[in-house]
Amino acid sequence: MFSHRSVATAALLLLSTNVTLADSSGESLRAPKAFDSVRNRTERSVALFTEAGKVLQHPRCLNCHPVERQPTQGDDLHPHMPPVHGGPENRGTKELPCTSCHGPHNTATLGTGLKSIPGSDPWALAPASMAWQGFSLGEICAQLKDPARNGNRTLAQIEEHLAKDHLVGWAWHPGEGRTPAPGTQQIFGELIAAWIKTGAHCPKP
Amino acid sequence: MPTQINVNGAMHSVDVDDDTPLLWVLRDVVGLTGTKFGCGVALCGACTVHIDGVPRRSCITTVGSIGNASIRTIETLDANPIGKALQKAWLDLEVVQCGYCQSGQLMSAAALLAGNPKPSDADIDTVMSGNICRCGTYGRIRSAIKQAANQLGSSQESA
Ligand code: FES
Ligand code: FES
Repeated sequence: MFSHRSVATAALLLLSTNVTLADSSGESLRAPKAFDSVRNRTERSVALFTEAGKVLQHPRCLNCHPVERQPTQGDDLHPHMPPVHGGPENRGTKELPCTSCHGPHNTATLGTGLKSIPGSDPWALAPASMAWQGFSLGEICAQLKDPARNGNRTLAQIEEHLAKDHLVGWAWHPGEGRTPAPGTQQIFGELIAAWIKTGAHCPKP
Repeated sequence: MPTQINVNGAMHSVDVDDDTPLLWVLRDVVGLTGTKFGCGVALCGACTVHIDGVPRRSCITTVGSIGNASIRTIETLDANPIGKALQKAWLDLEVVQCGYCQSGQLMSAAALLAGNPKPSDADIDTVMSGNICRCGTYGRIRSAIKQAANQLGSSQESA
């Protein structure tokens, strides 16, 4: 049975959860100039990447960078329902492609529990070499710089991809009912550019 | 302005808002009620149709996103050998219980066999996991897909 106190505690918990959600979706991504005061270039580079890590390790990004070839969902990274597979080209299998549910845009539903189905064109899982779930930020950083694991991209191409890619950009426009990644893709891109300019140093793994 | 959609080989002019889910259009405007509403949020598979051969959840596919693509519904499942074989297997093994989920199950099964003519149990479980059956007919669905695959395989060998 619920006592008044447990209801009050639950309400408080809910409140603090909301505060956390609001924090992570609001203005909490600092632009590169916030790091000008870090005099040491290597330390500044690490600090810039660590700030960008708020995006890289956000659930909107992690859910499609799983270690297994199955995506996860929600802010708690629970298993995707239905339990789909990335398939040979990370777009699902031919028999159950991502496009069965994920169209070119977020689609509003008429339901109340699940307000929208995410969509973007293309909708895809990150390749296995780009798995991030369970990785430390330092490990993600090393992977991003490694052409063997980053899709054979130069650092300039990584910057371009993170700053401009449509599917990366979806993280800030994830549809009703989902917490967006912090800040904006523009600030995120600036952080990555500044990180590269300062030598692309990584946090410790 | 009405939208033109191609359903089961026939053009239909439907006067609905672009963001109307295809499922509503099929059932309420075109009058094809074989495709079912289960959850409305892409979780159950009851509303599965094929759009240019790809299985799609019609409850979250807006009519404005379809363009010239061909929509195929359960009403024309038997228009090709895969659909015919599935229908026969479904009847032979008496797969259906209440039936509510079954048009979606069959459309997913048809897409499965079109992409993978000899699916293993694991292949079937993976692809069909997107279709929920409250009556729990999963075992019979799997057997029927295998029977249909075998029948299609042997008719190809003898052809
Ligand atoms: S009604 Fe479309 S998936 Fe349930
Ligand atoms: S047969 Fe009843 S829900 Fe599947």
